[in-house]
Amino acid sequence: MSPAIELIAINKSFGAVHANKDVNLSVERGTIHGIVGENGAGKSTLMSILYGFYEADSGEVRVNGKPIAIRSPIDAICAGIGMVHQHFMLVEPLSVVDNVMLGAEGGAMLRAGEAKVRAELARLSKDYGLEIDVDAAVGDLSVGLQQRVEILKALYRGADILILDEPTAVLTPPEADALFGLLRSLKEQGKTVILITHKLREIMAITDRVSVMRRGEMVATVETANTSPPELAELMVGRRVLLRVEKEEKTPGAPLLEVENLSVVDSRGVLRVANASFTVRAGEIVGIAGVAGNGQSELLEAIAGMRQPVLGSIRLEGQAIHSSAHNPHQMRQLGLLHVPEDRLRTGLVPAFPAFESAILGFSHEPHLGRGPILDHDRLIADLAKKMEQYDVRPPAPRLKSSKFSGGNQQKIVLAREIERNPKVLLVGQPTRGVDIGAIEFIHRRLIALRDAGVAILLVSVELDEIMNLSDRILTMCGGKITGERKASETNEQDLGLLMAGVTDEAA
Amino acid sequence: MSAPLDLPRWADTVLVPAISVVAAFLVAGLVVLAIGENPLTATRWLLQGSLGTGEGLGFTLFYMTDFIFVGLAVAVAYHAGLFNIGGEGQATLAGLGIALVLNNLTFLPGFLLIPLGILGAAAFGALWAAIPGYLQAKRGSHIVITTIMFNWLASVLIVYLLVNVLREPQSMNPETRAFPDQSHIPFMHDVFAAFGIEIPASQLNLTLVLALAAAYFVWLLIYRSRLGYAIRVVGSNPSAAVYAGISPARIIIIAMVLSGALAGGLAVNELMGYQHRLLLEFTSGYGFVGIAVALMGRAHPVGIILASLLFGILYQGGAELAFEQPAITRDMVVVIGGIIILFAGALDGLFRRLVAHLFARQKLARA
Repeated sequence: MSPAIELIAINKSFGAVHANKDVNLSVERGTIHGIVGENGAGKSTLMSILYGFYEADSGEVRVNGKPIAIRSPIDAICAGIGMVHQHFMLVEPLSVVDNVMLGAEGGAMLRAGEAKVRAELARLSKDYGLEIDVDAAVGDLSVGLQQRVEILKALYRGADILILDEPTAVLTPPEADALFGLLRSLKEQGKTVILITHKLREIMAITDRVSVMRRGEMVATVETANTSPPELAELMVGRRVLLRVEKEEKTPGAPLLEVENLSVVDSRGVLRVANASFTVRAGEIVGIAGVAGNGQSELLEAIAGMRQPVLGSIRLEGQAIHSSAHNPHQMRQLGLLHVPEDRLRTGLVPAFPAFESAILGFSHEPHLGRGPILDHDRLIADLAKKMEQYDVRPPAPRLKSSKFSGGNQQKIVLAREIERNPKVLLVGQPTRGVDIGAIEFIHRRLIALRDAGVAILLVSVELDEIMNLSDRILTMCGGKITGERKASETNEQDLGLLMAGVTDEAA
Repeated sequence: MSAPLDLPRWADTVLVPAISVVAAFLVAGLVVLAIGENPLTATRWLLQGSLGTGEGLGFTLFYMTDFIFVGLAVAVAYHAGLFNIGGEGQATLAGLGIALVLNNLTFLPGFLLIPLGILGAAAFGALWAAIPGYLQAKRGSHIVITTIMFNWLASVLIVYLLVNVLREPQSMNPETRAFPDQSHIPFMHDVFAAFGIEIPASQLNLTLVLALAAAYFVWLLIYRSRLGYAIRVVGSNPSAAVYAGISPARIIIIAMVLSGALAGGLAVNELMGYQHRLLLEFTSGYGFVGIAVALMGRAHPVGIILASLLFGILYQGGAELAFEQPAITRDMVVVIGGIIILFAGALDGLFRRLVAHLFARQKLARA
């Protein structure tokens, strides 16, 4: 039997960037095939070629043994390929039925199409155990169910081959498990699944085979049963990496950051953080685990002074922060620094040269210039030194901030904050979109800071990261802190339940 | 993901605009051809009239002075992410400021009166821009809408004042009495004559030097100062500004104040340098030309000076052209100006993409 998908000698360049170099890939029918690689390794480009977003410069695509030309997503859909994007392509106010029907209405009037969609959805949910309220507005569904709608859309369009791009990035652990259950039953029904991810744990848990990409090339395809996470990581990076940074047990010192009954509303007036209280001590990393969008972002922003809390108080080194002094500028002066969650929107200015992004938040510092004028030579020299210490590549202070890879941008932001000797450091998603090699570096830096007595509040949606780095873990769900655990005394299932809002009292 | 648009600096700031201008002239040539005139002769008249004679050059540089000020005004606001299209109104109010200062402080000597007049222009222009700035910063009223409304307000206000309040009682013209002699900014031909150099007489006056100084000041402000840094952060990434502890509202108001003050330079050149009285509609729509100038100059002072020169050539040469080749009317010249704006401003991305593509290819071939 010929493979479901064969890609032969695919090449694709963007300007001078050779995103895919002679890539070969063969995916057997009825299997789950993982594709791993660092950011910029060419995974997304390859899948975009398969789904018709880009055309390859050269090479051949075969579906079920037949060479075909895929020039647009429509060609891909006709060939039985469906894609579930990382960012959902759904119309939130419309119902599940309407979303599935969108683009496949089957005529000028909706009635016939709708009947067909309902019948088909009923059959699909029976076959795969995909239960869903087909009349609910998509916007009211949980993220996990929204993803299910995306999968239903692809199946309704007759997809035999399903591509999922980082599907678990937005899911709680239980939701991820449900997704994997669904993928297994799809496989049993003879469907082929291609799973793009950077989480090696998921690769090991669910795939049959896994292909590794590095710098635009396909470096290996192996049977999942015959490999291990360290081996995959080494293939991805091209050298040995430590997946887990070692840290010693330490007794934390005095409380540096104390948050009491903090409540925060967003710009639309919706309560995002409800009554949060906790303490972070010197030499301690406190991790906040939670699915994205459960108030962690607002909590960080409120502590940093970017948002005024509606209620509650914050103490730094025991000193209460008056609300008039509670702004980012003052908080920095007091030694509370902040590595924000979203580098590109908040942490730096993409259009600025790196040396200008490297003073964001500190442009008032007297030593950076004379009077009102900034000393560019000095800024460039300063950053050049930091780039060496933090191994930023390329070490080019004048290069536009947006031209650096995610990991290197993050190192620029980290260098800026860490080198100013924080007492308290807020860190949001330190390794989102960062390649494995840089993750190791960033984790080491954070541990070193903790050992030096800095109080670190870490927010991450990567549970592994939280468990790996934190001394204590708080979980957040729906804006509330639902639990607190010592990192050494908990596990994924336990945290998963807390993150889903099952509190200690209820359990 | 789109193809990366990486260009060497010189290509970005010189080559691409140059290609745009050439393309614009080619298309404009076709238009001239279409009405049965010879585009080559037209081009000759245009250049001859603007650069070919000392007098023509003087007028070209006079217009250029106007355009530098309004171009800089648009650029400063643009760096803060604001589209200030109120240059007309701000310059009009600046004219009022000049008239109030000069005609009320007639007893002062020139070396005091001239700087005070310039300050009056800057202050009134700044005030007229600060109100929309404040409304944008604190109330979220869109700056484009409010500055347009303020253009109209300025226009009716000045008509009212000139007809009912400031007009000389015995005059029928809606204009103030002439400014005192010592307040006139010296004509360039007079300055040169003082050094024994004879140049043809024109409206060109020392305000040109002020305009070039303003361009340097704006460069220093935007690209080198802490304040300019804050302005660019707000314009390019407002949420990064909040993170950095920079108040977008404060920066928006400051940027508009600076923008309005710069727009006041137009009134300085026209009124203190040439007309020597406040009269109706002295801004002649140049405030809007500033938008095109800033777009074409990519909001960089050097680009703005070059774009101002080009528009100076168009205005002065266009007038000559309309005179020498009557089939090409003033309206026709406006059309040509419009084509240049279209190519240099709106279609800029077209050539940028093309050039970037060529560069990428060349790079690949070399690799």
